[in-house]
Amino acid sequence: MATPTIETPRSGRMTPGYSRTTTSRGNFEMIAWLFMRLSGAILVVLIFVHLYVNLVAGDGISGIDFGFVAGKWANPTWQIWDLAMLWLAMLHGTNGIRVIINDYAEKNSTRMWLKGVLYTATVVIVVLGTLVIFTFDPCPVINGVPHVADYCPAA
Amino acid sequence: MPKTLSPSKLIPAGTLYRGREGQWSWVAHRITGVVIFFFLLVHVLDTSLVRVSPEAYDAVIGAYKNPIMGLGELGLVAAIVFHAFNGIRVILVDFWKQGPKYHRQMLWGVLGLWALVMIAFSIRHLSHVFGG
Repeated sequence: MATPTIETPRSGRMTPGYSRTTTSRGNFEMIAWLFMRLSGAILVVLIFVHLYVNLVAGDGISGIDFGFVAGKWANPTWQIWDLAMLWLAMLHGTNGIRVIINDYAEKNSTRMWLKGVLYTATVVIVVLGTLVIFTFDPCPVINGVPHVADYCPAA
Repeated sequence: MPKTLSPSKLIPAGTLYRGREGQWSWVAHRITGVVIFFFLLVHVLDTSLVRVSPEAYDAVIGAYKNPIMGLGELGLVAAIVFHAFNGIRVILVDFWKQGPKYHRQMLWGVLGLWALVMIAFSIRHLSHVFGG
């Protein structure tokens, strides 16, 4: 007679009745946790360089104007830099606020409303920011009047 | 008659947390995170004015150059630098074998580095804001 095998606890095989989760959310929370650490590490580099170039180097904040932005975005590296910063920071921040909402909003309806507002704001800001980076025009013509700058073709 | 409480009225007394370096750094990480997130929303909106007109963008950026906003930027950078350094500490606590053992010492390291960076940044930034 064969000896019955007894699985070690938590060996991965569980009778469905003992499963604690009834929904199939998968491992979303683990992916979110991992994303916070990965994006955080990248954002430290992206944002420290951003702050150095914009606030420390040169004239710092006194030197920032439309021409400064035009000068940066003439270089595709800064476009990609700012795009990566926008997406990673918005997703990192949105997930952080999502966790905070889940922690402190006790009513189901309150949580749903707050997260609805959060996700709406996130989509609007990410789409708007992305469009601005890629449709930026350093020499715009507004109401028939061309912008005057030394890097723009003379009208 | 003894007072009875229905289960729904029971509020847990006290907390598991001890209120020391670990919990206070967690509180500071949350607060700075929320502050940075709301600034980020505003910052994307103000930068978006480059698509309205150069004048509109320069007008709003002009507002960032007044002394009160200059001090606000100092606070924002202070929040970002703390969140960044403490975030690296959180990563080390989670992924470095010795991380949980040295989490307190790492917090003092975070605060020391933060103070150094902020002293250097304050001198530079305030001279830009007030130096004209």
